[in-house]
Amino acid sequence: MNNRPLLLKLLSAALVFGAWEIAGRIPISYAFPTFIESMTALLSMMGDGSIFLAYAETLKPLVLGLVISAFFGIGIGLWIGLSARFEWLFGPIFIVMQTAPLAALIPILVMVYGIGLTSKVFVVCVMAMPVIVLNTSGAVRNTPQSIKDMAKSFLASDRDVLVKIIIPAASPIIFSGLRLGVSAGFIGAILAELKITPTGVGDIISYSRSVADYPSMYAAIFSIILLAVIFLNLLEKLENYMFEGNNRGYVSD
Amino acid sequence: MAMSQIDSAAVKTAQPLVDSAVSVRNVSKKYGDVQALKDLSLEFPKGELTSLLGPSGCGKTTLLKIIAGLLPHDSGQIEVGGKTVTGPGPDRAFVFQDFALLPWANVLRNAAFGLELRGVAKSEREAIAEKYIREVGLAGFENKFPHQLSGGMRQRVGLARALSVNAQVLLLDEPFSAVDEQTRRKFQEDMLALVANEKKTFIFVTHSIEEAVYVSDQIAILLPRPSRVSEIIRPTSFRGKGVENIRRDSEYLDIVDEIWASLRSYVE
Ligand SMILES: Nc1ncnc2c1ncn2[C@@H]1O[C@H](COP(=O)(O)OP(=O)(O)O)[C@@H](O)[C@H]1O
Ligand SMILES: [Mg+2]
Repeated sequence: MNNRPLLLKLLSAALVFGAWEIAGRIPISYAFPTFIESMTALLSMMGDGSIFLAYAETLKPLVLGLVISAFFGIGIGLWIGLSARFEWLFGPIFIVMQTAPLAALIPILVMVYGIGLTSKVFVVCVMAMPVIVLNTSGAVRNTPQSIKDMAKSFLASDRDVLVKIIIPAASPIIFSGLRLGVSAGFIGAILAELKITPTGVGDIISYSRSVADYPSMYAAIFSIILLAVIFLNLLEKLENYMFEGNNRGYVSD
Repeated sequence: MAMSQIDSAAVKTAQPLVDSAVSVRNVSKKYGDVQALKDLSLEFPKGELTSLLGPSGCGKTTLLKIIAGLLPHDSGQIEVGGKTVTGPGPDRAFVFQDFALLPWANVLRNAAFGLELRGVAKSEREAIAEKYIREVGLAGFENKFPHQLSGGMRQRVGLARALSVNAQVLLLDEPFSAVDEQTRRKFQEDMLALVANEKKTFIFVTHSIEEAVYVSDQIAILLPRPSRVSEIIRPTSFRGKGVENIRRDSEYLDIVDEIWASLRSYVE
């Protein structure tokens, strides 16, 4: 039962890598290396430690930005979901943030916060936070009225309703917002390194492109995708651990 | 009509005889322009099961939620055990039409949830909940989750939850309407046993005439536009004859027919 999805995942990974290898060998573009060339480049960057140094740099704004986005995103989302007035005040900001093209905001951020860590953290937050806020507030607002009434009829305080009803009921959607937010945050971290100052993994990508070392460039891109996938899987483990009932299906009728 | 004889006799004899667990006096409730209840008065005798019967939209759920303290009313007064209702209280427990179980909690936690909210210690509340889970016939299902149960079993969990808090008044809003017919009959028999054993006051909303007559000590017929109590019927002769015989009893059949005669004009 548990092995089948794993087998399928391995199979689909093998298919993608196989296609990549073939596309690299044809080649579809002189700038597109094969899978094996890219993996060799990745191994050599791991060998000389350069990729780890790069990640030490990239993870700083990424982790900081994601922690801030998760904490404030869920907090603000809960608040917006619970209070109609607060939603009226702040809801539109996050909708605008989610739809605004980020690249247009980067020069403004740099103007205000310079080219250091702060700006990069901001880019990660701007990317990650809106979807977390919007998912959380939507989920809170969609908590079934009947289980809230149930809790009240059995003398729940407002805090009980929030902690024992609204948050567990909203948690699957909150977590799917977190997953989307994390993915967006990864994009934000790399974008910040490409657009603000080249550091970390973004530096490897832009430097290897400028010297036409395409295998290294694709190795760096591949590694960031891999890291994001691992991160998302860990998040899923956390969700199953915190809200055991979430993977047990919902009572619909 | 034959109806009026029964009901006028019933109304006269019903109310002064027993003391009331719940009194509803001149209660009105509007949702915007919709007059859901208008100047409604009704007494619910202690230790008995009273059904609220009427076509949908006549305000049954509204009245029950007002008694539960879940919904504010515009005017009038509700008393439960002599005390005026201002909100939910420990003297009332609600059984919901859609069960209102926590999908992420197992049967045991769901049944103990009312006690959990009252701050009862885990071992104590689970012992109490287990007792009522057994009483409603769900022993062995304590660790199952709601989605693993049939509709009938889910409502038994809802019933166990309401019984666990030991409230004097149980408010049931069409508890069996989402349950199949056979299960429903079993439930009705169990209700009779429960009323006899638990010494609680039951207020039972239904839209099924047969169900109301089968389980009730007193039936209040509500009619819409304007919403009002049109009759109060107290079946007398068949209650003691055993559950198998009720449906063949001539008084049972007469009351069912008469209620239908008075409700049929309200069915669209
Ligand atoms: N939340 C609400 N907002 C507006 N109107 C409502 C609401 N709840 C009920 N009503 C109206 O009040 C009337 C009584 O409803 P209800 O108490 O649910 O009736 P019943 O339970 O007898 O079917 C209906 O006309 C219904 O449309
Ligand atoms: Mg109703």
